[in-house]
Amino acid sequence: MATEFSFPDAAAKSATAEFETEKMSLSMGPSHPSTHGVLRLQMELDGEVVTKCDPVLGYLHRGDEKIAENMTYNQFVPYTDRLDYLAPLANNMAYAIAVEKLAKLEVPARCQAIRVLTAEMARISAHLLGLGAFGIDTGAWTVFMYSFTEREKLYKLFEELTGARFTTSYSRIGGLQRDVPEGWTGRVNAFCDQFLPILEEILGMLTRNKIFMDRTVGVGAISKADAIAYGLTGPNLRGSGVPLDLRKDKPYSGYDQYEFDVPIGTKGDSYDRYLVRGEEMRQSVRIIRQVIAKFPCGPWYATDAKKIFAPPKAKILTSMEELIQNFMLVTEGPQMPAGEVYFEAENPKGALGFFVVSKGGGVPWRLKIRAPSFCNLSILPKVCVGNMVSDVVSILGSLDFVMGECDR
Amino acid sequence: MPATVAVTTLLQEKFPQVTPRASLDLEAVNVPPADVIAVLKALRDDHGFDMLVDLTAIDWAEGVSPRFTVVYHVFSTTHHGYIRVAANCANDELPAMPTAVGLWAGANWHEREAYDMFGIKFDGHPDLRRILMWDEYPHFPLRKEFPLAGIETPLPDPDVVAETGAKAIAAPMMGGPFVAATGEINLTEAEPRAKDESWSEVREKPKA
Amino acid sequence: MVTPNAELAYNSKIEGEVVVSRLDSVVNWVRTNSMWPMPMGLACCAIELMGTASARFDIARFGAEVMRFSPRQSDCMIVAGTVTYKMASAVRRIYDQMAEPKWVIAMGACASSGGMYRSYATLQGVDRIIPVDVYVSGCPPRPEALLDALMKLQGKVRRERSATQLFSA
Ligand code: SF4
Repeated sequence: MATEFSFPDAAAKSATAEFETEKMSLSMGPSHPSTHGVLRLQMELDGEVVTKCDPVLGYLHRGDEKIAENMTYNQFVPYTDRLDYLAPLANNMAYAIAVEKLAKLEVPARCQAIRVLTAEMARISAHLLGLGAFGIDTGAWTVFMYSFTEREKLYKLFEELTGARFTTSYSRIGGLQRDVPEGWTGRVNAFCDQFLPILEEILGMLTRNKIFMDRTVGVGAISKADAIAYGLTGPNLRGSGVPLDLRKDKPYSGYDQYEFDVPIGTKGDSYDRYLVRGEEMRQSVRIIRQVIAKFPCGPWYATDAKKIFAPPKAKILTSMEELIQNFMLVTEGPQMPAGEVYFEAENPKGALGFFVVSKGGGVPWRLKIRAPSFCNLSILPKVCVGNMVSDVVSILGSLDFVMGECDR
Repeated sequence: MPATVAVTTLLQEKFPQVTPRASLDLEAVNVPPADVIAVLKALRDDHGFDMLVDLTAIDWAEGVSPRFTVVYHVFSTTHHGYIRVAANCANDELPAMPTAVGLWAGANWHEREAYDMFGIKFDGHPDLRRILMWDEYPHFPLRKEFPLAGIETPLPDPDVVAETGAKAIAAPMMGGPFVAATGEINLTEAEPRAKDESWSEVREKPKA
Repeated sequence: MVTPNAELAYNSKIEGEVVVSRLDSVVNWVRTNSMWPMPMGLACCAIELMGTASARFDIARFGAEVMRFSPRQSDCMIVAGTVTYKMASAVRRIYDQMAEPKWVIAMGACASSGGMYRSYATLQGVDRIIPVDVYVSGCPPRPEALLDALMKLQGKVRRERSATQLFSA
């Protein structure tokens, strides 16, 4: 591992040369306010400068991949909520698309549009929390309060759509749990209208804030080459100046119909990553507005996929054929061909990938979850070295990870 | 997709031992374990696949040979193509694979995870430790013979164990999840049932 | 403590600057209204815990807004999320570091029973390693449910014979 130690500046170097210091080891976490969950950093310090950093993961390893091998494709949907639990709707969508690829199934335009809409709302809510938590890490409590108020409004919309505040389980293989309720898109639009000024206010509290800038500008810079070598994705990769966004470069679910910009950073430091996230929320609002403007009519699930998507409830109770179809689907799961697929979606944290290996039938043989947070964190041993302990806090906040998907 | 077909053919010119692999979406190749690093290096340096997005393994169940397959997904940040590279481990008992850490620093944690979950040794890995389970954990949970409920194991901290008497026990599987068997439907065999039988904390798990 | 009977109410002319009450109820009154939580935020439930603490639901109304990440300053551990076996000893250790008296709320299905994670890595209920006072159902429980649990816990504390225990110890 490339963990050579270099002093942040000449002053620190001479100071250390003058006083021989003994290395101290510090364990940060797994319960620590700034590790956003149960991450543990085993660090070696020279004075206040980190000379070695070894992240210890697995404190939230719940066995999701093993569980997936033991249940049908639809039964696993609720578990995808709990991967990146800040943006469950986006996870639901990524998982559903991966399995639909396996089944070679195209969902109708309305279903795609609803998925894009919900995924972008999830992106806003995830970035808001990331921002709020980053604010706390750098000493700004107000940002957290403001962003949570906005999140509550989003939760209200999610609840109306799915019945749950954030464990939504909204996607099904081949469709959705239900269509959008009457008038819901209008309320989403209304949310966007009032959200934009508040977003400016929230960002205004940080962007030119002297304390915030002192703690983030130039801290934890990640070069382009490093970002690619460690497999960083999402805002962390774009913060380092790589213009890669799967929504643009590998469009799925009809993202190619919408116009939006992909913000990128220049220096790759914590501040750039923050700026990228802020801009992404504005772009998400843009996408949401476009989706609603050309909201397609028609069916919201793949009506011809009889072996994959459950028929409407009213039909199940009245028609024999649909009853049998539903029975087979519930007991044996959606029937899939044998084969392997890999699909990545651009989630708020980065590229969330599902690698599905099927031997046919309704249960996956192996389901690997490629968690963006896992890859994003793998750069920690490199990026923390040479920084102060307090900078580690700001680096962690700017990488914006979720342990649920990191440990799975 | 004509662009992707070219990669396999181009690869085969340099490495005749590379064969195409059945896949439902991306282009995929099978590579003998000894050449996997050379092939990945060629993909990275000559074909623009500069990012290792995923590295994982598949267990094809006990008794099947080859049992373990290591799967790499490589992505290009310039031409946005994916390719899947798969290599079967030669030994089914002590699976091993050369490490890709030299090519991508990010492979480090992925390989540790594959080691943790499947027990695949990555030769030349700088720091092959468990990553998700605790260091002393004796099993490899994603192997097919390992039960979902787990196996009784002592916990790592002796003082906490002394105080609470807690240990990692097999989880009660009463009530589900109910699933059908994998593969072709055969109604008698595939009838959905809880995989670990119906047992709870009160009623002992029936001996197999 | 306050009865509607005006005759029995506090009368400074008769009793001077003195309030007479049972020591138990005074101690409990103090404890219930400043219950500082130790937020053991482990997984998804922690997001609802944060939601409870923020402006909309405002746990401060119940005197429990002072989230202390130092176990030595907190009274009530809210275990919010899935406890894995790897995490279990850390949870227990933090519990041990909390000063008496201490209480535990198991928030969510995972903390109460392992929830939907019946697998090799998950502790099947945090009550296997620490004593739990209130279990909250839900995956995740709504903030209202957590507030209700807090009120239940306060009700429990109000009935405790704290002073008697203090002196007999
Ligand atoms: S109870 Fe549900 S929401 Fe809470 S931690 Fe467990 S899975 Fe997550």
